[in-house]
Amino acid sequence: MKTDTIAAIATAMSNSGIGIVRISGSQSFSVIDRIYRPKRGEKKLSQEKSHTIHYGYIYDGEKMVDEVMVLLMKAPNSYTTEDTVEIDCHGGTLVIRRILETVLKYGARAAEPGEFTKRAFLNGRIDLSQAESVMDVIQAKNQFALESSLKQLQGVLYQRIQKLRAGVLHEIAFIESALDDPEHVSLDGYGEKLMKVVKNSASEINKLIKSSENSTLLKEGIQTVIVGKPNAGKSSLLNRLVGKEKAIVTDIAGTTRDVLEEQISLNGITLQIVDTAGIRDTVDIVEKIGVDKAKEYLLNADLIIYVVDASLPLDENDREILELLENRKAIVLLNKTDLKTVVEVSDFAERLHPNQYILPVSAKEGIGLEQLEEAITNLFFQGELSWNDEVFITNVRQKASLQEALKSLELVKESIEAGMPEDFYSIDLMNAYEELGNLIGESVGEDLVNEIFSKFCMGK
Amino acid sequence: MPSVTENYDVCVVGAGHAGCEAALACARLGLETIIFTISIESIAMMPCNPNIGGSSKGHLVREVDALGGQMGINIDKTFIQSKMLNQSKGPAVHSLRAQADKEAYTHQMRKTLENTDHLTLRQAEVTELIIEEGMVKGVRTFSGGTYYSKAVVLCTGTYLKARCLCGDMVNPTGPNGLQAANGLSASLMEHGVELFRFKTGTPARIDKRSIDFSKMEEQFGDERVVPFSFSTDPDTVQIDQVSCWLTYTNEKTHEIIRNNLDRSPLFSGMIEGTGPRYCPSIEDKVVKFADKNRHQVFIEPEGLYTNEMYVGGMSSSLPEDVQYEMYRSVPGLEHAKIVRNAYAIEYDCINPRQLKSSLEFKEIRGLFSGGQFNGSSGYEEAAGQGLVAGINAAMYVKGKEPMILDRSESYIGVLIDDLVTKENTEPYRMMTSRAEYRLLLRQDNADLRLSRRGYEVGLISQERYDQIVEKERQIEKEVDRIEHVMMGANGRVQEFLEQHKSASLKTAASLAELIRRPELCYEDFVQLDENRPELPDDVIEQVNIHVKYEGYIQRQKKQVEQFKKLEKKKLPEHFDYGKVKSLRLEAQQKLNLYQPQSVGQASRIAGVSPADISVLLVYLEQKKREMES
Repeated sequence: MKTDTIAAIATAMSNSGIGIVRISGSQSFSVIDRIYRPKRGEKKLSQEKSHTIHYGYIYDGEKMVDEVMVLLMKAPNSYTTEDTVEIDCHGGTLVIRRILETVLKYGARAAEPGEFTKRAFLNGRIDLSQAESVMDVIQAKNQFALESSLKQLQGVLYQRIQKLRAGVLHEIAFIESALDDPEHVSLDGYGEKLMKVVKNSASEINKLIKSSENSTLLKEGIQTVIVGKPNAGKSSLLNRLVGKEKAIVTDIAGTTRDVLEEQISLNGITLQIVDTAGIRDTVDIVEKIGVDKAKEYLLNADLIIYVVDASLPLDENDREILELLENRKAIVLLNKTDLKTVVEVSDFAERLHPNQYILPVSAKEGIGLEQLEEAITNLFFQGELSWNDEVFITNVRQKASLQEALKSLELVKESIEAGMPEDFYSIDLMNAYEELGNLIGESVGEDLVNEIFSKFCMGK
Repeated sequence: MPSVTENYDVCVVGAGHAGCEAALACARLGLETIIFTISIESIAMMPCNPNIGGSSKGHLVREVDALGGQMGINIDKTFIQSKMLNQSKGPAVHSLRAQADKEAYTHQMRKTLENTDHLTLRQAEVTELIIEEGMVKGVRTFSGGTYYSKAVVLCTGTYLKARCLCGDMVNPTGPNGLQAANGLSASLMEHGVELFRFKTGTPARIDKRSIDFSKMEEQFGDERVVPFSFSTDPDTVQIDQVSCWLTYTNEKTHEIIRNNLDRSPLFSGMIEGTGPRYCPSIEDKVVKFADKNRHQVFIEPEGLYTNEMYVGGMSSSLPEDVQYEMYRSVPGLEHAKIVRNAYAIEYDCINPRQLKSSLEFKEIRGLFSGGQFNGSSGYEEAAGQGLVAGINAAMYVKGKEPMILDRSESYIGVLIDDLVTKENTEPYRMMTSRAEYRLLLRQDNADLRLSRRGYEVGLISQERYDQIVEKERQIEKEVDRIEHVMMGANGRVQEFLEQHKSASLKTAASLAELIRRPELCYEDFVQLDENRPELPDDVIEQVNIHVKYEGYIQRQKKQVEQFKKLEKKKLPEHFDYGKVKSLRLEAQQKLNLYQPQSVGQASRIAGVSPADISVLLVYLEQKKREMES
């Protein structure tokens, strides 16, 4: 349907730490030509044969980003049936993201959630029998992308973007009300005033872009929280998971919370695991506090792993946490199967929900971990279609939106300086408004008309 | 009991701005057409402001004209002042507005209707629709007459169960004390049509002799008048114009209003209908914009042969005694004599979601509607819809495809699309900000955009169409020529640039590049551009705009290409979206309610997300492949 060129991260189905940036669309080869330099020779990749692999470097202008392998697939012999380029790199998530950003800078656009799958299906690459799951994946990915985007923009950041947006909308509404009712609203001397607003907004957006580069925005991976009462075996479980998978990418000490976060890769799924150490530490004070703190993590998690000490009977606290799991993606682990257990899987049968699993395990003995991995995979894959890659691209999309918004504001400045008529300002201001809306999942709708009528007195 | 029974191709109900366009279109396309009105004297009546056009509304009139409608021609013959608004702004927002001689406007339109072949005028109230098995068969009147027809166009304006309010006085009439139409609402509801109750209002008319104009600012028309109609010879509209006058309300006025708010039906809750935010009553303005210490008031003549003056900016539903006090607090109106009171009017209209883009009812074949009946406001909005409804009623009778105008080709398209896809809670007014491709939808190029459509349906003559094709050719040729004419960095050129306060050239540049500079235009180069052909003014205007705003225009054209792709993906009628399980529940509900005709339309419904649109595309592809296999 759309013929423009899209790019996204397609993580490899392995634990080797290799990541793939995939580009699809008619401009794929011209994009790669602009950023790729071969190890040897001069030949442009667009002149190479289809289905060949090339070894070289990605450059952003004169700055080398990483050493890569590039796979070329010409239409129609690719997943999407469009010209496709895959860039393989091995530098971890940060480098993958830099490469994607470079690709976007040189002519591709960040793929919408599920867009590769959609194109593959619309272009006849995916079997008709999979249509239902294609639709499910698209919807699920979008939902997930929106949620993780909002999660990352919580609190102050969200408010800053809202404020920026409101400011831009106000200016558009003023221009538009003057155009619609020139005899009531005058635009005399307005350019100068707008210039100040635009400069302030642009510098605010610049700050946001900088802070996104400093990674304070980032929490990549599926946000996973492990909860449970003291001595239920949370730490043993975490150690098991981390120890088994040697592919720890980063260790980030919690910044605002005194908890430990670990990033691990499991069958190609990246989990950002928060161990709710807080609960353990507050055991001597009041059990209630621990539960409250757990609640906070639970609310923001994509996946909850609830560790139950199956050798002890369930109590009030367990029930309270179980309440919180309702309608969430969750796995309840009945730990300590190596001991005599008093809690059984059947005790939870009533509570079982399509997105929830109950598994008996022994973290100590390493029993049941394969089933745990399988359960996680089931929760984040639909058939062969994964939506794990969404967790990586959210940040890149956000940054791209910020950059687009900034570009639009620069165009407004140019128009003011060039003495263009005021109605041209509002075209670029509107683009900035839309991009800022993309960031927080809000569309334009009737915003403008509402703003015009509520703020400016018009009409006969 | 014996009664009158007649047969027509098309019945048009109502002879306001929508009804006239609808009836003329049908009759001109050769269909036997009858138009009903409650009063023959009120044909094309302007019960509110005495203007045609204005920001974005001027665009609508131009488009009506390009499609072969009457409004532009009618106002060109009856205007008494004319202005091109927003001249200092970009070409997309230039907009014509004329003061009409209301009486002359009405007479001129009546004369046109009366002298159109195949058109019958009938003064009668239509009280019932004849509908059988989801298909319209004709109408019945209050006096018992039956008029069978293949199609019906409803253009009832503000007359359905109308009531006028002025303080605690309630009059069960239509505008200007004309009889309301009380029967048809029930017939519509009986056939499952969902009705809204909207309201609007109008200010008082004041006797010219009681106004002190020395306390007001005089507002003149343009020196060189531009006609509305592309078929009007500009030399015929250079008339002696009449002035309008500007004055202001003040704190005293506002105090009077505030002290009497409890007597305003608007604030006492007597009015049930939803009023338009863009056309607020003076009570609304004073309450909502309490920080403004004055509001503009425009005093506009209602015609050449009347002393009545329209008080623009002060519509109200306050009682008569408060009106006197309030108007007389305004400078120049101290001794004002009111000829007609200001009043608010409430009326039934439909929820336009029930219409297709052709303005045919989704559930009743052959029934079309236009104008305020569809929940819009304004004469121009009415005319645009009336014309489309009339054309499509004719296409329906002739068994042809409907004429659908989309958002990328016309304001009329934006208007109709907004009506059928958005939740409308107030009378809808056109605004330039509603047209996302407004750089392409200019009033100056309405003929180039739409004459082909008018020609295809049969309302634009071969001769007029040939002229448009020739104009297009000339524009294209000249734009191409000036892209290739080079201006060297020589003394003559540099001197010219210096004269026009434009930066000097370092190397040669094309003429087009120089015209793109904000301080220069095509006409400036008449001396330097030696091989320039002789071209008409309207062609030169287009060349200038094409060249000067090329970058922006190209960007919008690209957006339009994207837009068109989704518009082309048609959705099935009467479809149960609950079957598409991956759609979010909210999307399923909204889509079931609106039953959009294309994926593009679906994407504009509030509550349908981009992901839902992707899901719909996949679903359509799935169905297509299943059909093929």
